[in-house]
Amino acid sequence: MTRRLFLGVLPLALLAALLVLIVRSGPTDLVRGDNYPPVERLMFQRVVLEPGFIVASVLNDGPDQVTIAQVQVDEAFWTFTADSGVELGHLSRTTLRIPYPWVDGEAHLFKVLTSTGTAFEHEIAVAVETPTPGIRFFGIFTLIGLYVGVIPVAIGLLWFPFVKRLSVGATDFLLALTVGLLAFLLVDGASEGLESAGMLPESFQGVVLFALAAAGAYLLLEGVGAWLRARRQKVDAGRDGWVLALLIAVGIGLHNFGEGLAIGSAFALGEAALGTLLIVGFTLHNTTEGLAIVAPLARDRERVSVADLAKLGLIGGVPTIAGAWVGGFVYSPVWSVLFLAIGVGAIAQVVGQIVRQMTREGSVARMLATGPVLAGLFAGFAVMYVTGMLVG
Amino acid sequence: MLVTSLTRRAWLRAAGFASLASGVVGAARLSGQGQGGGTALHPAHDAHIMGTVGTPAPDGFNPTTFLQTWNFSDLPPEERARLYRETPRPDGTMLREYEIFSADREIEIAPGMFFPAWTYNGQVPGPTIRATEGDRIRVTFRNLGSHPHSIHFHGWHPPAMDGALAGQEVPPGETFVYEFDADPFGVHLYHCHTVPLKRHIHKGLYGVVIVDPRASRGSRPPADEFVMVMNAFDTTFDAENEVYAVNTVANAYVREPIRVTVGQLVRVYLVNLTEFDPINSFHLHGMFFDVYRTGTSLVTSETTDTIMLCQGERAILETTFRYPGDFMFHAHQSEFAELGWMGFFRAEAPST
Repeated sequence: MTRRLFLGVLPLALLAALLVLIVRSGPTDLVRGDNYPPVERLMFQRVVLEPGFIVASVLNDGPDQVTIAQVQVDEAFWTFTADSGVELGHLSRTTLRIPYPWVDGEAHLFKVLTSTGTAFEHEIAVAVETPTPGIRFFGIFTLIGLYVGVIPVAIGLLWFPFVKRLSVGATDFLLALTVGLLAFLLVDGASEGLESAGMLPESFQGVVLFALAAAGAYLLLEGVGAWLRARRQKVDAGRDGWVLALLIAVGIGLHNFGEGLAIGSAFALGEAALGTLLIVGFTLHNTTEGLAIVAPLARDRERVSVADLAKLGLIGGVPTIAGAWVGGFVYSPVWSVLFLAIGVGAIAQVVGQIVRQMTREGSVARMLATGPVLAGLFAGFAVMYVTGMLVG
Repeated sequence: MLVTSLTRRAWLRAAGFASLASGVVGAARLSGQGQGGGTALHPAHDAHIMGTVGTPAPDGFNPTTFLQTWNFSDLPPEERARLYRETPRPDGTMLREYEIFSADREIEIAPGMFFPAWTYNGQVPGPTIRATEGDRIRVTFRNLGSHPHSIHFHGWHPPAMDGALAGQEVPPGETFVYEFDADPFGVHLYHCHTVPLKRHIHKGLYGVVIVDPRASRGSRPPADEFVMVMNAFDTTFDAENEVYAVNTVANAYVREPIRVTVGQLVRVYLVNLTEFDPINSFHLHGMFFDVYRTGTSLVTSETTDTIMLCQGERAILETTFRYPGDFMFHAHQSEFAELGWMGFFRAEAPST
C-alpha cells in the first residue's frame, strides 16, 4: 500500500523538483542577458466614457511585469489615476481614470506608455457616453430585448395552429427549413465567436475556450435531452416532439443571449449606431426562430397548450434581454466568446436532434435528398441570409 | 522592476569601469538614475489636468541644475578637477581641458518613463562647455559605450578635428583627443556624428558649447543665464517622438519653475537638438525678447516673443521681467507643448 502510494507520488515530487530548478536557474534569463528588454503586452479590456472622463481597464497579457508610467490622449500627456496601481503582474489589471474633455461624436486616440517607453494605443472611434446601470438604460435595453428577442419569437410561435394542419411532406419541408435556419445561426455564431476569440488577450487562449465551451454545451444538452425524454416516457409516452421543441428553444435562447450581448455591447461601446434598421433586421431574423421551435410539434401532431407555447417562447426569447443587460453594463470580450460558443454548441445539438427525428426510419443521406427537405434547407438558409443582410 | 534593476546593475558596472579606466568619474554622481522613481499617482492640479503625473527620481539628472552649469561648475572642486582643468597661456587666453566619455545609460525622460540613452558623461544633454573666444579647447573623449561614437563640434576647426569624416569614429574602449580654438563667439553645439546619424543623435549624444566674446569686443552685460536644449525622445523607435522637453525631462519646469528676478536681465542660450521633426520653437508668455541668432553678434537682430529654430540652429535670447508671477514658455507647436515641452519662469521682486 505504502509502495503504491510512493509510486503514485514520485512523479509529482520529481515534477515539483524540476519546476524549482527551472525557477531558480532561470534558463530564459541566460538567453536574455542583462539588458534584454521585458516582453510587455497590455490589452484594453473595457473603455467607458463618462462626462469629462475616459475610464479604461487594462490587462497585462504579457509574461513580464509592466509598469504604466504615463498616459497620452490625442498626443498630449494627460494626468490619470489607477485604482489598482500602475505595476501590473502577469494577468493583473488596473482601471485608469483620465479626466479628459472628450468631444461627443468625435474620435479620440489614447496611448498608455510604460516605464520603458513602449506605447499601447486604443482608438475610440466614436465618442458617446457609456450607459451607466440606471432605470433609463435598463428600460431601453429591456425594450430592445423585447423587440429583438421575445416578440419576434412569440410571433413565430403563432404559426403553430397553421403548421399543425400541414401534410407530412409540408412538415418535412418545415423541419428542413428549421435546420437551414439553425445551420445559418451555427455558422454565424461560430464565425463571430471565433472573431471575438481572436481579440481576447492571448493568455485566455480564446479559440480553445470557444471550442471547449461549444463542445461542453453540446454534450450538456445531449444529456439534458436524454433525461427529459426518459422522464417524459414515464409520464406520457410519445411526446418526442415536445422534448425536441424544448431543446430547440433552449438552444435558441442561448444563441439569443449571445445576440443580446452583442447588441448591448455595441450600444455601450459606441462602436455601432444602433439604428432602426438594425433592430428591424434582428426582429425579422428572429421571427423565424419561433417557427423553428414549433416545427417538431407540428410534425408529431401534438396537442400543446397555450401556456406551454408561451413557456417555449420565453425560453427562446427572454435571454436576449438578459444578454443586452450584460452586454451594456458589464461587457467583456470573454463573456462574448463564452456565450457565442455555448450558443453554437446548443444549436449544433439541436440540429443533430432534428435530423435524427426526421430520419428515424432511413439513412440521413436518403432523407436529405428528398425534394421537400432540400427545398426546406435552402429556404431556411436563404431567409436567414436575406434578413441577416439587414443586420449588416 | 526586475529588468530595470538588472539594467541598473549593468550601468553601475559600466560606471565602475569608467572610474577604473580614467579615474574621472564621481561614483556618487552617477549611481542615481535607472531605478523606478516615484510614480505616485495623484489627481491633477485643479486647472491643469493636462501634463505628466508623478515626479522623477530625485537622484537622477536635474534639469534645474543643468540650466546654470557649465565646465562642470556643479561639482565639488576635487571631482571637478578630474573632468575639467584650465591653464592660463602666455597670450592671456586659456587652455581648457575636458574629459568627456560616452556611456550607455537609462535616463528618466518623464516621471517613471525610462529611455535607453547613449550619453556623454551619463547625462542628456551632455555637459555644457564654456570658453572665451580664442581659448584652446582640448577634449579627451573616451568611448565607454557599446557602439562607435564621435564628437563633432560646431565651430572653426581643421578636418582632422571634425569627428564626422570616414575613419574618425572612435570604437568602443578607445580614446581620441579633439583640440581646436574657441571660435567664433556665440552659442554652438556638439554631437555624435557616427552613422546612423539619426539614431546617434536622438539617443542623446549632444551638448552645448558657449563661446563668450573676447574682452576687446566688449562683453555681454551681466545676466541670469540659462542653458536650454530643446530635445525629444522616440521611445518606440518608429521615427516619431513620444516625449518632448527642454533639457530632457518632460514638464520639468512645470514641477519646478525657473526662478528669475524682476528687473534683472535674463539670458537664455537656446539650442534645438530635436530629431525627426524639422523644426522646434520657443514662445514666452507676456513678454518679448531680443534675439541674437547663433550668438555671433552683439547686436540684436530681432525682437519677438516666438522664435523658430531648425535642428542644429540656436540663438541667444535676452529679456527682463517686468512683472512678478508665473510666465509660461513652450514650443509654439501645440503638439510639442502638450507632449512635455512646456514650463514656467517664476519672477520674484528683487530682495532689498
